[in-house]
Amino acid sequence: MYPIILLSVFGVVTLFLGFSKSKNILLPSTLLFLAIALGSNFIEWGKGPLLYFYDMLRVDNLTLAFNGIVLISAFMIAAISGGFQDNADSEPAEYYGLMLFSLVGAIMMIGFDHLIMLFIGVEILSVAMYVLTGSNKRNLRSNEAALKYFLMGAFATGFLLFGMTLIYGATGSFQLTAIQGFASNMNPASQSYIFYAGLLLLLIGMLFKVSAAPFHFWTPDVYEGAPTIFTTFMSTIVKTAGFAALFRLLNHSFAIYNFWWIVIAVIAVLTLLVGNIGATSQNSFKRMLAYSGISHAGYLLIALTALTKPTQNAIIFYSLAYSLSTIAAFGVLMLVAKEKTIEGQPNERYEAFNGLAKQNPLLAFVLTVSMLSLAGIPLTAGFWGKFFIFTSAAERGIMWIAVIAVLMSTVGIYYYFRVIISSYFKEGDTVRIRVAPFYQIILVLATFLTILFGLAPGIFEKLI
Amino acid sequence: MLTLLLILLPIAAGVITLLAGERMAKQLALVGGLAGLGLAIFTWLQFDPAAGSQFGFKYAWLTSGGISFAAGIDGISMLLVLLTTFLTPLIILSAFKNEYKNPTAFYSLILFMEAALIGVFTATDAFLFYLFFEAALIPVYFLAAIWGGENRIKVTFKFFIYTIFGSLFMFVALVYLYYQTPGAHTSEISAFYQLQLSPAAQGYVFWAFFIAFAIKMPLFPFHTWQPDTYTESPTAATMLLSGIMLKMGVYGLIRLLLPIVPLGMEQWGFLAMILSVIGIIYGSIIAIQQSDMKTLIAYSSFAHVGLMAAGVFSSSLNGLQGALIQMLAHGINVIGLFFIVDIIYSRTKTRYLDQLGGITQSTPHLSVYFMILLLGSVALPLTNGFVGEFLLLSSVFQYKGWLGAVAGLTIILGSVYMLRLFQKSMFGPKSKWVEGFQDLTASERAVLLPLIVMVFWIGIYPSTFLKITEPAVTQLLQLVNN
Repeated sequence: MYPIILLSVFGVVTLFLGFSKSKNILLPSTLLFLAIALGSNFIEWGKGPLLYFYDMLRVDNLTLAFNGIVLISAFMIAAISGGFQDNADSEPAEYYGLMLFSLVGAIMMIGFDHLIMLFIGVEILSVAMYVLTGSNKRNLRSNEAALKYFLMGAFATGFLLFGMTLIYGATGSFQLTAIQGFASNMNPASQSYIFYAGLLLLLIGMLFKVSAAPFHFWTPDVYEGAPTIFTTFMSTIVKTAGFAALFRLLNHSFAIYNFWWIVIAVIAVLTLLVGNIGATSQNSFKRMLAYSGISHAGYLLIALTALTKPTQNAIIFYSLAYSLSTIAAFGVLMLVAKEKTIEGQPNERYEAFNGLAKQNPLLAFVLTVSMLSLAGIPLTAGFWGKFFIFTSAAERGIMWIAVIAVLMSTVGIYYYFRVIISSYFKEGDTVRIRVAPFYQIILVLATFLTILFGLAPGIFEKLI
Repeated sequence: MLTLLLILLPIAAGVITLLAGERMAKQLALVGGLAGLGLAIFTWLQFDPAAGSQFGFKYAWLTSGGISFAAGIDGISMLLVLLTTFLTPLIILSAFKNEYKNPTAFYSLILFMEAALIGVFTATDAFLFYLFFEAALIPVYFLAAIWGGENRIKVTFKFFIYTIFGSLFMFVALVYLYYQTPGAHTSEISAFYQLQLSPAAQGYVFWAFFIAFAIKMPLFPFHTWQPDTYTESPTAATMLLSGIMLKMGVYGLIRLLLPIVPLGMEQWGFLAMILSVIGIIYGSIIAIQQSDMKTLIAYSSFAHVGLMAAGVFSSSLNGLQGALIQMLAHGINVIGLFFIVDIIYSRTKTRYLDQLGGITQSTPHLSVYFMILLLGSVALPLTNGFVGEFLLLSSVFQYKGWLGAVAGLTIILGSVYMLRLFQKSMFGPKSKWVEGFQDLTASERAVLLPLIVMVFWIGIYPSTFLKITEPAVTQLLQLVNN
């Protein structure tokens, strides 16, 4: 609750700070704002389910945990953005302002208890992201990405709204509890087809946002075209918020598991296949990470398919592990791509990483740990993420889906290790890569947390 | 607590080596390895074979899930811990004569590997076992991929993906088993022993385990990664892979596959046995054809491990005891042989049998050491290979007479490829490659001498080691037969 108010106010303040001559104040102030929002988030920890805004927003520990992940990710991303000083065209105040506003949307998506709230959250988040995607104004790819994202996103929003309308028609309410009541009391004989159709359309809208196959086609182009810092934002925060919303929808409101589980199962398998197999044939590291993001959506969908007791922890832990590793990977990519350019453009291909272990051993180590974590190798947080996902599938007794996931994990190792091989075993030029100290702290922090949660997942368990 | 120390000591030594700087790296690593050996011998002196799992520790890891950080040492673990700690300092010492770039990383990776291997052999929690099983792969992957031969990147990548592929199946099986445990679930291996699974489920779990361990060992037809990886890796990594890591697979069969899915064994054990026996013959025949010495020994190792697996699949006392003693013997022989190949290679710059010959004229010491290790490997009586091979063949023979007869060909084929190796490299006219060949140096002898002592010790008085494992194996078989 507090973060929503604070972030809205801070967003406006940041826009006004943009009028001041000194642009250097923006980064520290944004970090301060995010830290305050993060702190305020946990004021309501353990106070049980609280309802706000005419019961449209629910605040419980689940909400707060997801908020925490989103805010920590945002803090780290803002910290490595470096104040957008490189580009003369950039408008740092607007970027930071939009980032803060989009977080408000993410937090609404996480905590919604009313479908209208979900819609508002999705729109606030998406509109801010459309703008940020196109923020590299003079770059054609960035423009293309923004347009693509906007058109496809608007289309998906249409599905979302249409689904909500049908559900309202069937149940007479937007309230999750009311919908749940309707679903559990539904007479099997007189099935409400409007309700089913509404649910499916709603799912399509949400699955688009988390880039699950077959609604993923925008993802590689948009991720590649957007400035890397906003790609990081999209692939961590939008995804986490999207899965929090999906989990709440399916867990709290649609108590007709037998109807939708096979839909989600098929989409999960399809997403795993598309994401992993698509990633193998990429030459660009950034594009590979886009496909890898799709594949991780597939793993998270497995947890949703199972929807058992461990699912909640699985989704929270997996989102956290995935966010940390993704931020570290994109962070290293930004540094490397900036130093090595092709025709004036940042080089985001695998070759850019050749010889990284010699040029900067720390960056190579950070990158390696994040790749190992994304691949789910033990001693990293990613391993336990996969562990919780598989246990929730095992609890439901759908081992076949875990077997598919395992096969796809092997494929994953293939493309994650390509960059490790480049940085350790291939010879590159002798450019020194400079890292600002603050940047370095964030990367080391992400790596440290990845290993810490990998060694002792119990720490995290106690927090929840 | 001793178990925890055994795992932590190599890690600490590895970190110190990493921090100490290049000049001291070798020496510190050796001291670390020897300290590990000392600690293992100290543990052995206090070890009571009949008392089951001892020196254990257990810390809650995932409190809600009943998953704990638990390890302990029983007879089977004790033997393998001794093997690991005995071979590691020798592997470190054997690398002394080569100048590696970035030695701190090289030696500390060997020590990290040792820690992970000890972890595998002592873990009493299934997920901890899995964790170490995977973690052992990472140091050896980097060892092979950084310091290896020309084709190293491709070859080690194949090795890595192949083995991870296998162990992920084991992971799914472990998650499944974990959910079958009653009550609030636990992942203790001993709790898995108590499970009453349906025959169909046991069949699935059997195959999941089989694929994981068969790739690791490797068994026919999952061996295609092995010869290339052994050949391309630096000798220290090859020694780690063949001397110790291969034993993780056999150990996994004994520790997990046999006692957890006895009904699965009943259904599929015969097929697994056939695959193992095919591997013995197939590996031997290919070994006869090889001209690269390293590849030849790699295939011989593949043939030997087939026999160990066959012994385990016979699930008899002789088979298991034979497999365990053979693991010890094979570790010692194969490391010695790889070291001798490395000595020859470092002096002549070739490993090809056609280009070698006549080395024995100028090297009395090398010839004797080589011959003894070689005879151990072909299982001559009074050498270490004989005890294990005898027990293993007798167990296969009891299982099915004709299978025993086929597997017995290993004795003949083994002497063919081994004696061919010796004859082509050591005897005959002196080739131009071996001009000015120096005999063994003192540090090389320091590696080979302990190996030779062990060859005879195990060959002449094997009960020192058989005694360690016998109660544990008997107990295990009781579980299987119930």
